[in-house]
Amino acid sequence: MSASVLYDVPGPKARRRNRVYGVISIAAVLGLIAFIIYRLDHTGQFQAGLWDDYQYANTQDRIIEGLLTTLKTFALAAVFSLALGAALAAGRLSDHRWVRWSTTVVVEFFRAMPLLIMIFLLYYAYFETQPMWALVIGLTLYNGSVQSEIFRAGINAVPRGQSEAAYAIGLRKTQVMTNVLVPQAVRSMLPSIISQLVVTLKDTSLGFIILYEELLYVGKAFAERTPPENGVYAFIPMVIVFGSIYILLCLALSSLATWIERSTQRSRKGAPAALAAGSATVMVNPSQSAKARPDDDGGPQKGPKTD
Amino acid sequence: MNVLTDNFAAFRDGFLKTVELTALSTLLALVLGILIAAFRVSPVPALRVFGTVWVTLLRNTPLVLLFLIVTLGLPALGLKGWDSFWLAVMALGCYTSAFICEAVRSGINTVSVGQAEAARSIGMTFSQTLGHIVLPQAARTAIPPVGSLIIALTKNSAIASGFDVMELGALQKELNADAGYNILVIFLWIAICYLIITLTLSGLFRLLENRMAVAR
Amino acid sequence: MKLRKTAAAAVVVLALTATATACGKEGSPDEDKKDKNAPKLSYKVNSAADVKDSPVWSKVKGKTITIGTKADQPNLGYEDPSTKERSGFDVEVARMIAAELGFDEKHIEWRTVPSEARETQISSGGVQLYLGTYTINDERKKQVDFGGPYYLAGQDLLVKKDSDIAGPEDLKGKKVCSVTGSTPLKRIKEKKYGVSKAKAQQGYQLCVQDLNNGQVDAVTTDDSILKGYAGQNDGLKVVGKPFSQEPYGVGLKKGDDALREAVNKAIEVHQKNGNWKKAYDATLGKSGVAAPTPPKVDRY
Repeated sequence: MSASVLYDVPGPKARRRNRVYGVISIAAVLGLIAFIIYRLDHTGQFQAGLWDDYQYANTQDRIIEGLLTTLKTFALAAVFSLALGAALAAGRLSDHRWVRWSTTVVVEFFRAMPLLIMIFLLYYAYFETQPMWALVIGLTLYNGSVQSEIFRAGINAVPRGQSEAAYAIGLRKTQVMTNVLVPQAVRSMLPSIISQLVVTLKDTSLGFIILYEELLYVGKAFAERTPPENGVYAFIPMVIVFGSIYILLCLALSSLATWIERSTQRSRKGAPAALAAGSATVMVNPSQSAKARPDDDGGPQKGPKTD
Repeated sequence: MNVLTDNFAAFRDGFLKTVELTALSTLLALVLGILIAAFRVSPVPALRVFGTVWVTLLRNTPLVLLFLIVTLGLPALGLKGWDSFWLAVMALGCYTSAFICEAVRSGINTVSVGQAEAARSIGMTFSQTLGHIVLPQAARTAIPPVGSLIIALTKNSAIASGFDVMELGALQKELNADAGYNILVIFLWIAICYLIITLTLSGLFRLLENRMAVAR
Repeated sequence: MKLRKTAAAAVVVLALTATATACGKEGSPDEDKKDKNAPKLSYKVNSAADVKDSPVWSKVKGKTITIGTKADQPNLGYEDPSTKERSGFDVEVARMIAAELGFDEKHIEWRTVPSEARETQISSGGVQLYLGTYTINDERKKQVDFGGPYYLAGQDLLVKKDSDIAGPEDLKGKKVCSVTGSTPLKRIKEKKYGVSKAKAQQGYQLCVQDLNNGQVDAVTTDDSILKGYAGQNDGLKVVGKPFSQEPYGVGLKKGDDALREAVNKAIEVHQKNGNWKKAYDATLGKSGVAAPTPPKVDRY
């Protein structure tokens, strides 16, 4: 754990130097924070009048209402996108060429479109009176396409011997999928699936732009409608309060993903050394091969996702 | 009644604005991302903590909220006079930098310790180890994810339309407000504009990937 | 371990929210500042209302009428974010018209509609009526019909008190802010004003904030809207030289002449019986400007 690729374990001189760097960087960060707090106070962002709103029961109820709206949208989008993802993944793994091609076109198109543009289209063209559905359907189409790529990569990453063995004992394609491939794929891809769900959760805030009354919209409404104190509107308090809520929500979901990743890694540690090294062909742990494979067959982008 | 020919100038301007916004944000994201990645792998604990906090906060903040933070926060800090375009570059660049950082860092982590140890044992200095051994290998792993991050950035740049940047997304709003055009046709043309950018990008990155590929 | 920590943190946050809710103050800051003695405006519901020639009216008859309006303009179209109570001049006129059409307060559903979605909301039937600083003009007449006008506004400028801008002719090379997709924004972009930048924001408050910060030199929109913000900010004033005519109309579905006539009649009834003036005094009148003569309904 101690050695890094980049440098040896530091000796006494390097340790001293690192300590100096550490002190300097801590001072710089503290200075930055102090500057921010000073400037915010100086420009009147901490005036009591701007924060008063949050003391009222009505206000708190509205924030919770906004939070529930966000969570409801997220829940709908999550369920629908997982279902769509499964369907599209099945389509892309189909034996019929036209099914494969048409689903590929659908998946690639929705992955390439900016989500906001999709939501605008749905909103203006079909759902102007129900912004929630514009948001949910937009999120579903986009995230469903991404999830389908995750599923597909997961299934492709299960060693070929598994499906060959399954076919050899006479299972049909559906049985091979549901009994052999999907369970392993889902398990190995769970961290990716959950981090895509975090993306879905974050993107519910796009509803704000089509005036859907989710959490961020509620926040902006508070900021705008609180009368200003000495020419300062309550935008900064809003950003601080609502930003924290969002970050906490996403962190909770992200750490679930991290935890699952950790626990699957732990199970790998338990495997015999020969298997962990990847030399065995019979029982290679899916999580390991899933990590190695996706890039090779143009599966979903490994690593973090931003949208 | 053709949306594209009637509004060709608007489409061209919107397209160029999106390209410009993407290019500058990418630049900022790469610079910041690599810097923060350097922080995160550095031997100084304080810098590592700073890097971790930066990545954790930005990865868990919705981009719309980050736009609000930047556009409202900077004037509140007394840093006035920024054009909305540059504010958008800042929001997009900072947001993407967190993801770039992680891609770069995991690239560095895939280089096996033995490689660097071997380099040091034959007497290479830190900068030689980094420049000749670690970074070339790390880049090879990091390029595909960085490519898809930049494509994601292109798509995310549409959010700037809500913050006074006249790019392609804003065009969709603008043309919707005018009567007479079919919304689906407007959407189709804007979609094609985005596809041109994203397909070009993925082509470029595929090329880069092939050039850097080695038999392993 | 990490998950357990996160879960614990989440529980703490939830508990805090719950307790905070339990000890939150009643009411809302707006209510506490409100003048408790102000007379409550109410309008007699015309239960015999019958606009059977109107398809739109017949569809919602006996149910609820959906009225679109703005939510962020103090004294015009405003929704208290905590209590969700609507107030303002536009809202009062909407209540008068609804009462005349046979809908009491309980049978009105309010909907906040952004400027750029007004026409589609009206023609798609998302809202039956729209009252929200909606200027009658020929371009919009192609898509929707207008009842009214019920108020005459004009585009004006909000500036700092020490500003040297005394009218639209002083805007050369200045930065001006207005709201995305609005008519004032389009107008101020015209060459003759020569502004160096027309900034589009998501709301007027953001513009006013920019003005206070010195990011822009003026905010422009209808004087009726600007008056509200001048009242909220000591350092700001409305220039008072309107450079456009903005007759506010009631947007309704194109071709529904029966409904339009009913709306026009409703406006006339309430202008005559004094409710119009009472509503003005209770809302826009708070800016200190006395009630103007109500505009004459235009049956174009």
